[in-house]
Amino acid sequence: MTKRLFIDKLSSRWMVLCLSVLLLLPLAIGLGLVIKSSDLWLTHALGSLIFSQDWSPSESQFGFWPFILSSLWVTVVALIISMPLCLLAAIFLTQFAPTWMLKVMRPVIDILAGIPSVVYGVWGVLVIVPLVADIIAPMFHNESLGYSILAGALVLSVMSIPYILNMILEVFRQVPVELGEASLSLGATKWETIKYVFLRKGATGIISAYGLGFSKALGETIAVMMVIGNVVQVPASVFDAGYPLPALVANNYGEMMSIPTYDSALMFGSLLLFIIIITINVIFRYIIYKSEAI
Amino acid sequence: MTLNRKLEESFFKYLSAIVSVLIILVLIHIVYSIIAKGASALSWEVLTQEPKGGFYMGGGGGIFNAIVGSLYLAIGATVLAFIISLPVALFINIYLIKYPRTLIGIRFFLDVLWGVPSIVFGAFGFILLMYMGMRNSLGAGIVTVAALISPIMIRAMDEVLMTIPKGLQEAAYSLGSTKTETAFKIFFRQALPGFATAILLAFGRGIGDAASVLFTAGYTDHVPEKLSDPAATLPLSIFFQLSSPIEEVQNRAFAAAIVLTFIVLIISITARLLYRKK
Repeated sequence: MTKRLFIDKLSSRWMVLCLSVLLLLPLAIGLGLVIKSSDLWLTHALGSLIFSQDWSPSESQFGFWPFILSSLWVTVVALIISMPLCLLAAIFLTQFAPTWMLKVMRPVIDILAGIPSVVYGVWGVLVIVPLVADIIAPMFHNESLGYSILAGALVLSVMSIPYILNMILEVFRQVPVELGEASLSLGATKWETIKYVFLRKGATGIISAYGLGFSKALGETIAVMMVIGNVVQVPASVFDAGYPLPALVANNYGEMMSIPTYDSALMFGSLLLFIIIITINVIFRYIIYKSEAI
Repeated sequence: MTLNRKLEESFFKYLSAIVSVLIILVLIHIVYSIIAKGASALSWEVLTQEPKGGFYMGGGGGIFNAIVGSLYLAIGATVLAFIISLPVALFINIYLIKYPRTLIGIRFFLDVLWGVPSIVFGAFGFILLMYMGMRNSLGAGIVTVAALISPIMIRAMDEVLMTIPKGLQEAAYSLGSTKTETAFKIFFRQALPGFATAILLAFGRGIGDAASVLFTAGYTDHVPEKLSDPAATLPLSIFFQLSSPIEEVQNRAFAAAIVLTFIVLIISITARLLYRKK
């Protein structure tokens, strides 16, 4: 009898321990990054770190603006492409298509969400980069090597489709059927029902899906880094090469020990990314929980 | 008026249908273009040999180091993540079920943790490594990837455990079993098929991740023999070979991409099938 109770005590301790380790993890990540990057933000003004364009680590100039701007460009363009596509596809699958189609598509979407990002990157190098260089850029009378913000955005938009689509499907699933039926019985067409009932009812959910998609895309590293060119500059158009934050961190870890405070700078880059993404996540997850609670 | 309404309806109906087909076509195209490009370079030699001298300049050898490294890493990380995730998932569903607010808070927290990008986990793992004065190694990679996939695994397990009726728990208590016994003998057994899915999903995520292992597992041309050896991984092997200007090496990257896609596809399809059965 005591042995059973002892095991019970032991295992609940173990459970609490595991949970606390997990709860402390983001705190530890944040703290670790803050401490590791302290060399940088103690010697440089925070404003100049973020808004300065001068990046030359060997002269101890660390302006993150080109990287922040590149990250924003590529993510925003990607979202502009994938947002309407995801919404329309979700409308079709839940409203117009026969039910078996949704049943087939769900696992397909899940599987696609699981394809590693490096594979999307390979596809980007194979298909998207030549597409941008040979077809899209000349169409706009622009010259581009193909390795550009646009290429990164296209790859990123395709990658984010399964993720965002899945969430929007879930949003539509939670709209009560009776609401749609009431609208139809009043003589509204199917599309009007979608427009005035489903989209309005699901608005918060859809916006949150976009928000979470944005934060996911912002942190995407390897696929974007393979097609975006990695040139430190403030991009002037989508056909220019860019250098997003995650790529900066991933590309330079090898040489960061040889230049003073370079490692702090890279950790500061990760810290920026971490703070931005956590903030977006908390906001939109909170909106979702609030809307589910009602 | 009525015509306009009808027109609008069919316009959006067809537009949305076209978009859906487009999405499917793009996704098929991804798999197709990689297979078409890499199939010619895929050979027994590539699959079973370590890189030989001048591998990245077009020399002989294969990606055996990366295949084995990736499997070691993903399996190790999955086992470690399971050891952490199982107690947490059981804990929040058995002990915390009485405190709905805490429960919601923890689920919220796990969802947020899920959103942290892998490069940040990688950077953090690197900080820990430096702090402890260690080098890049298989062990460090395993720990980092385990941290990355734990939130996914816990949430997936949690979804399964949530479906278990409360009556089952109450029946177990009324028969005099402790919470631990209820957790492991009732809940665990009941949720086993769902757990298998959760584990496979986490495994798939772990084997495909590049950014977190870049800092922590390092890269080597040899199969790691102990936890303190650096380990090559498939995503990084693809990435490094693709950056080479030599076509032969690039083609091998495509072949490696086929291998990785194939592994991930098998895992996620198996996971779906298991879930379907339940």
